[in-house]
Amino acid sequence: MSNSKRKLSADEAMRMFRQMVRIRTFENNANQLYLSAKMPGLTHMYSGEEAVAVGICEALLPTDKITSTHRGHGHCVAKGADFKAMFCELLGKEEGYCRGKGGSMHIADQSNGNLGANAIVGGSMGIATGAALTSKLKKTGDVAVCFFGDGATAQGLMYEVMNMAALWNLPVIYACENNGYSEYTKTEEIAAGSITARAEAFGIESYQVDGQDVIAVNELSQKLVDRARKGEGPFFLELMTYRYHGHHVGDINREYYRAKDEEADWKENRDPIIRMRAWLVENGYATEEALDELHKEVTEDAENAVEYALNAPYPDVSEVDMHVYTDVKHVLA
Amino acid sequence: MRKITLSKAVNEALAEEMRHDESVIILGEDVAEAGTPFKVLSGLVEEFGTDRVIDTPISEPGFMGIGVGAAMTGMRPVVDLMFGDFIFLIMDQLCNQAAKTHYMSGGKLNVPLVLRTNMGATRRSAAQHSQSLHAIVAHIPGLKVAMPSSAYEAKGLLKTAIRDDNPVVIFEDKLMYQDSAEVPEEEYSIPFGEACVKREGTDITLIGTSSMVQVCEKAAEMLQAVGISAEVIDPRTIVPLDEKTLVESAKKTGRVIVVDEGHQSFGVTSEIASRINEKAFYHLDAPTTRMGAMDVPIPFSPALEDITVPTPERVFEQAKKLVSGELIDAA
Repeated sequence: MSNSKRKLSADEAMRMFRQMVRIRTFENNANQLYLSAKMPGLTHMYSGEEAVAVGICEALLPTDKITSTHRGHGHCVAKGADFKAMFCELLGKEEGYCRGKGGSMHIADQSNGNLGANAIVGGSMGIATGAALTSKLKKTGDVAVCFFGDGATAQGLMYEVMNMAALWNLPVIYACENNGYSEYTKTEEIAAGSITARAEAFGIESYQVDGQDVIAVNELSQKLVDRARKGEGPFFLELMTYRYHGHHVGDINREYYRAKDEEADWKENRDPIIRMRAWLVENGYATEEALDELHKEVTEDAENAVEYALNAPYPDVSEVDMHVYTDVKHVLA
Repeated sequence: MRKITLSKAVNEALAEEMRHDESVIILGEDVAEAGTPFKVLSGLVEEFGTDRVIDTPISEPGFMGIGVGAAMTGMRPVVDLMFGDFIFLIMDQLCNQAAKTHYMSGGKLNVPLVLRTNMGATRRSAAQHSQSLHAIVAHIPGLKVAMPSSAYEAKGLLKTAIRDDNPVVIFEDKLMYQDSAEVPEEEYSIPFGEACVKREGTDITLIGTSSMVQVCEKAAEMLQAVGISAEVIDPRTIVPLDEKTLVESAKKTGRVIVVDEGHQSFGVTSEIASRINEKAFYHLDAPTTRMGAMDVPIPFSPALEDITVPTPERVFEQAKKLVSGELIDAA
């Protein structure tokens, strides 16, 4: 773990740990829902990348905006979302964040500044940049963080909006979660040259950071968020991370593109939760027992939320043509 | 009443709404000092400054996406797309993002964005600057589509669009920017989903959109000279569509031609004709007929381009056939 220059308070440290545990626990439950055929469709697991979402979102205020991706549960939890409404959304239930209309790939939680997950790779880059334009024009001081994967660096939209963000000094941070794979293909096969150099070409200050080290991610994010708020943005982060599952939950036999040894190495030696747990104990922030208790609490919380969501009602079928337009109750009526 | 050009009408609508609401901004290529190649926006940057009339690079998906994000967070962007043909460049941001955000979020997020763009052939601009692509947009739930037929409609519909909390796409006919019409000095707006009966008649209904309203009105004059009374209706918005007014007119006259400058197949003419056939069938004396642009890319050569779009003469000929019970010349 990085040797933070700034001493983390016990609250900050424990909160980051708890949020990472919450994401992992959420994903374990989501995976089980898929495997037991209780969840419609499929989903993309964030497990392994927790330090990225948590390190960044813990540097943000609830009014700051994020845009998320198809692998978005981690961002949603890290930005403050509630398990019940999230599981309800995954199961297509009325009490879900989007009344069951979005599902895993479109969860939005505007109350916490989450402008939504996006099922188009790179599709939200304009949205995040636009949110930053609003901040600049309305002088709200909000910062926007655009989460996307290494695969999205192959989309042209990224270059168009980074150009404008740099021209207009927008308070946006582009957070590239480089998990080494663009769906079923190694990143090195789809991305020529350096990823940070792409942003540097626009004059955007860029950093590569260990995405498995939540304290390092958080420390850098704090600095950049503060500077973005002062009008010194945009910034670009490449966070080196790893996804433990396949591209999606159904991508189980994946040795043709990724070796089991490699997966085991990341899980055993670079896991962000194991690393922070050891750090918390070593630095006297918590005892092993307290951390076990935290795990237990989060596990129970997730299990209760899953149970709640499984029993929650689906939306009434009359909702199918609601929310097409803001001003028409039933558009097909 | 004073007469002003369609270009001036659009400019006035924007200026009024920008004075009325500070969150209204304009984003697009050469919108500021240049005022667009059509000079529609001239003078706005002088009044509202470069913070609100924002010149962008030539990055249509980029500035459309930025518009969507700004709209989701409190602005009311009017995104200027220099040519309607460039809609193909922004399809993801328009159709996957702007159109679906309200629905996918279960009604929690809104995208109060206006996309102003244009349509229309016969400007000798060839296949990539002449298309009328409103049907493609109208196909996507979540988007509203307005098609002004004169300066009066252009101003009133744009003001309604800017105040609408949904994404709205306005197609202005680029050949009509210098056409003048009566436009009141005082403020007004035109509600969406209300067709305008431009001319009453009893023998046949001509439904026209955008510049095809003028084509229909000219055809109606020609028809009157041969003793045929034509009703002319302008839907003004195709989403929402004032089906009631169109169907009632069809029931009254028993004959309908739908004229629109989009390609005829799978387009606006087909959609409106279908609805009339479904809802007025037993009142009809002839098949409802479509007249759209030919199903070819718009050619450059004037000799070829002019025959691709409906003209008053062709609408007149088709209407005469329908009224006399002759076999129609349907594509």
